[in-house]
Amino acid sequence: MNRIRSFVILIALLLASAAVQAQRPTILKSVKGGYIVPLYGLDTGRVWIDDFQIDEHAVTNEQYLDFVKKYPEWQKSQVKSIFADASYLRNWKGDLTLGENSNPLAPVTNVSWFAAKAYCACQGKRLPTVEEWELAALASETKANAANDSAFNQRIVESYETPNTSFKQVKSTYKNYWGVYDMHGLIWEWTSDFNSVLISGESRKDGDADRDLFCAGSAINAANLRDYAAFMRYAFRGSIKANYNIQNLGFRCAQTN
Amino acid sequence: MTFKYIFQLALVLTLLAACQPKADTNEEFACPMKCEGHKTYDQPGTCPVCKMDLVKVSELEASILDEDGVSEESIFNLTSKWKTQNNETINLSDLKGEVMVVVMIYTSCEAACPRLVADMRNIFEKVDNSETKYLLVSIDPKTDTPERLNAFAKENHLDGDQWVLLQGNEDDVREFSNVLSMKYKKISPIDFSHTNIISVFDKNGVLAYQQEGLGVSNDKLVAEVKSLNE
Repeated sequence: MNRIRSFVILIALLLASAAVQAQRPTILKSVKGGYIVPLYGLDTGRVWIDDFQIDEHAVTNEQYLDFVKKYPEWQKSQVKSIFADASYLRNWKGDLTLGENSNPLAPVTNVSWFAAKAYCACQGKRLPTVEEWELAALASETKANAANDSAFNQRIVESYETPNTSFKQVKSTYKNYWGVYDMHGLIWEWTSDFNSVLISGESRKDGDADRDLFCAGSAINAANLRDYAAFMRYAFRGSIKANYNIQNLGFRCAQTN
Repeated sequence: MTFKYIFQLALVLTLLAACQPKADTNEEFACPMKCEGHKTYDQPGTCPVCKMDLVKVSELEASILDEDGVSEESIFNLTSKWKTQNNETINLSDLKGEVMVVVMIYTSCEAACPRLVADMRNIFEKVDNSETKYLLVSIDPKTDTPERLNAFAKENHLDGDQWVLLQGNEDDVREFSNVLSMKYKKISPIDFSHTNIISVFDKNGVLAYQQEGLGVSNDKLVAEVKSLNE
């Protein structure tokens, strides 16, 4: 009898701590800056990134629920169509109810860029830039820059081919050199300047890189698999608009040091 | 005194009634701009304040205007603050009530922007309507200060209060570009690559038309601006 009671208390404590957890902001991890060579688009070829901090995991359903409780203008029925199209939080049952099969600890998806931006701003953070995100994502478990690690790159490409990963919990894939989880293999993520990828209109005519980008088939000629995975990410960024809400697209926040 | 109470009661009832779903047989009409708040009429007609045609209350609810008559698709929902070439601070919603032709440029641009500006002037002349605003929003807010925008306006003969050149902070510029689905990237200390889009917004700040590319005919865009001004 006593045992059952202590079990019940234990469960209650766990639930309570989970509730407290939800209120706590995500831990930021420091990432050391440096030069990176973006896939394309720069005159100079490489760009300097300052040190920055990035959330150790993507924003979860549970955390997003807290956010919409505090900021009703971002609830499913309240959001303005200029900021999010009709698919916004599509799987949620109501303004303050997750979908039946949604895991509270899975990353929130079907959120627009405007919503992601507002969420981060309300935490005193911001979205990472494309280049910051790419720098953080270069790291494997053991190396800050695993660009030349073919096994790691192979894993990234394979993870892109795995369906329905957005229903998994955050922190369920790998933890990288910086202590940051799931940079590949869970979801795609919004970046502050995702619309700096120009693969439409005349930009296509300007440079070879752009033309290559537009047709991912030419990525077969790319030097290594890292490029192939990057092609996919850049092409994806180039194809979306800020009010889109997509099942495998979520976000995490960052902060300037 | 009693009369006042009856009046208030009637007002409360009208407000309550406005929130109730209406049966089709008993349709009520209201001003789409909500000039008289929630006042409704039994019959179609025109609003005594703004002279617009009354619409069915049920349709009004479907078009989702908030208290200020701002559609949820309107750029007036953006709360960002901007500086004009005359160093005035404005919200986008201060431009409400006039059709707007909008382009994003930067003043040190030597390739596409001069042609975009020329396009804007060309549209300005063809539209020939003093009620239309022409907005040039800088994608290089660090360089393009109000002073610089002012000089740029003079050099390019963008004279008069129909021309509005705006400097915002980088975040707000990025947000604005996303509303236009316009893409840009800084590619060197002085240059940006960017898509060339001229956008038309109606008097309520809702995107009505976009023209993409350089050297394309602007006839359609001009026709659109004219029809929105009617």
